[in-house]
Amino acid sequence: MVEVIQLLINGILLGSILALGAVGATMIFGVLRFAHFAHGDFMAVGAYFALSVVTVFNLPVLAALPVAMAATAGLAVAIDQLVYRRIRRVQPVILLISSFATALVLRSLIQMIWGSSNQVYQTGIQLPWRIGPFTLKPDHLLIFLAATGLVITVHLFLTRTRLGKAMRAMSDNMNLALITGIPADRVIMATWAIGGALAAAAGVFLGMDTRLHPVMGWTLLLPIFAATILGGIGRPYGAIFGGLVIGCAMELSTLIIPGSYKPAVAFAIMVATLVFRPQGIIKGTV
Amino acid sequence: MDLAGLLAYGLFFLNLVGIYAIMALGLNMQWGMTGQFNIGIAGFFAVGAYTSAILTTGPSPTWLGGFDLPFLLGLAATVLVCLPIAWLVGRITARLRTDYLAIATIGIAEIIRLFFLNEGWLTNGVRGIPGIEKPLGTGNGGYLLIVTAFVALIWLLVEMARRSPWGRVLRAIRDNEPATAAAGKDIARFRLQAFVVGSCIMALAGGLYAHFVGFVSPEAFRPLYGTFLVWVMLIAGGSGNNLGAILGALVVWLIWSSTEMLAGVLPTDLIGSESAFRVFLIGVLLQIILVSRPQGMLPERRPPMPGEPR
Repeated sequence: MVEVIQLLINGILLGSILALGAVGATMIFGVLRFAHFAHGDFMAVGAYFALSVVTVFNLPVLAALPVAMAATAGLAVAIDQLVYRRIRRVQPVILLISSFATALVLRSLIQMIWGSSNQVYQTGIQLPWRIGPFTLKPDHLLIFLAATGLVITVHLFLTRTRLGKAMRAMSDNMNLALITGIPADRVIMATWAIGGALAAAAGVFLGMDTRLHPVMGWTLLLPIFAATILGGIGRPYGAIFGGLVIGCAMELSTLIIPGSYKPAVAFAIMVATLVFRPQGIIKGTV
Repeated sequence: MDLAGLLAYGLFFLNLVGIYAIMALGLNMQWGMTGQFNIGIAGFFAVGAYTSAILTTGPSPTWLGGFDLPFLLGLAATVLVCLPIAWLVGRITARLRTDYLAIATIGIAEIIRLFFLNEGWLTNGVRGIPGIEKPLGTGNGGYLLIVTAFVALIWLLVEMARRSPWGRVLRAIRDNEPATAAAGKDIARFRLQAFVVGSCIMALAGGLYAHFVGFVSPEAFRPLYGTFLVWVMLIAGGSGNNLGAILGALVVWLIWSSTEMLAGVLPTDLIGSESAFRVFLIGVLLQIILVSRPQGMLPERRPPMPGEPR
């Protein structure tokens, strides 16, 4: 029992990282109608941006977080303007191939700039807190609180601002939204900016929890898509729920099968969703 | 480089072009003709390579080996092993929309790689399987003849399939699914067939690859080499066009190989890691093709209308 609760704690932590990635991925999927395969690599780029800020200015990671988020948001918008915008009108599937190429370009740029070995934000061991039989690292609490804060911010943006409402409208019904005069280009740019920023945050948290590596984001891409599909595509709240479910399922699965098959668990849940309830647990918009 | 060295390199180069051309033909069956977005090529490639490697090598204490089967039986086994796997995958995914299929196939490829990585009793894990010999003691030159024969054979079969009524249905599904369904075609069945055939072609390429390189390890089946390059080849060559797939394999592998030389010339300080720089260049190349010439070098030819001269 103790073991199960400890795994659940780890699962919620992983789940909140996944949720941040999945919220961005689901919004991009909802507004632009394609699965963005470079999303995991946005996470990695964000994590490495933060690493540069940490090493150059000698700042704590959380201070570097906003910088990394802003830089990744800028990068996402730039890639959209440079590449995706030009092929948006052709076929969604061409966008998909293109995002696959973006993923590889970003990953190889990371290797070229920062090297391909494992890196960490802080060296040294952080003493975990012991609460009864459970252990919790201070970083974990920090990650959980920061992720919750970001999710609440996104919630307020989507429900309280004009741009956020426009974004939901485009995701719900593209044609109706366009007829009512929603500025599509601005909404698309905002979607990329938010998606990029959230991915960067997820990447930084992942780097705090484990380590930085050029493929760190790519390995989480599948669980993120699983969370997106489970929660219903185009549904940010569904994505949060999906992220937590997938995170907990991945951690709990280590009770039964070897830990190296963790990504397969996320995948199995995703396939089951696609086969039995393709619209997602909460009905998706796409 | 002297002449003999150049010749040896040329043989090595052309062998790999041939193996990639077979994969591109398999992908053309799925994407070019049917519009199925499979980005799990590396998975089927790996299934083929490992099947052939395990069945044709001598006994070993560390992995399941010792079958010592002849080359051609090993190749036949790649198709036989891939068949049920591809059927199962296709069965689950044939009804999925393009983007779901993409996510599902890349997941399958990663799981297949994880399986080969973790099940050491079968595959020797991360250390890989060495000592896979070329048939009849051929060198790269002799092996090139075998590879070329397979490219020609697969091309012939795929081209015949493309011109057949069956191929017409596939293209109809790609271009207008509701209309094809309205014409009474069982879309899921045709999709499943195209998926299985294409995947088995990829597995066959995997078998040829294992014998050419002589060594397989999970590292060779990362999405980059197995999947991404094949996609660049098909898109650059012209999806839907079988000759385009072969031409794409030649041109893209030429570019890929020359980036190695370019990376060798440029100072390491500038580009960091050589392999990363090459991936970067090929990724940018694909973006440029997609933005400027998405139909590829040899675009698909529209079949003649009834009564129109060929």
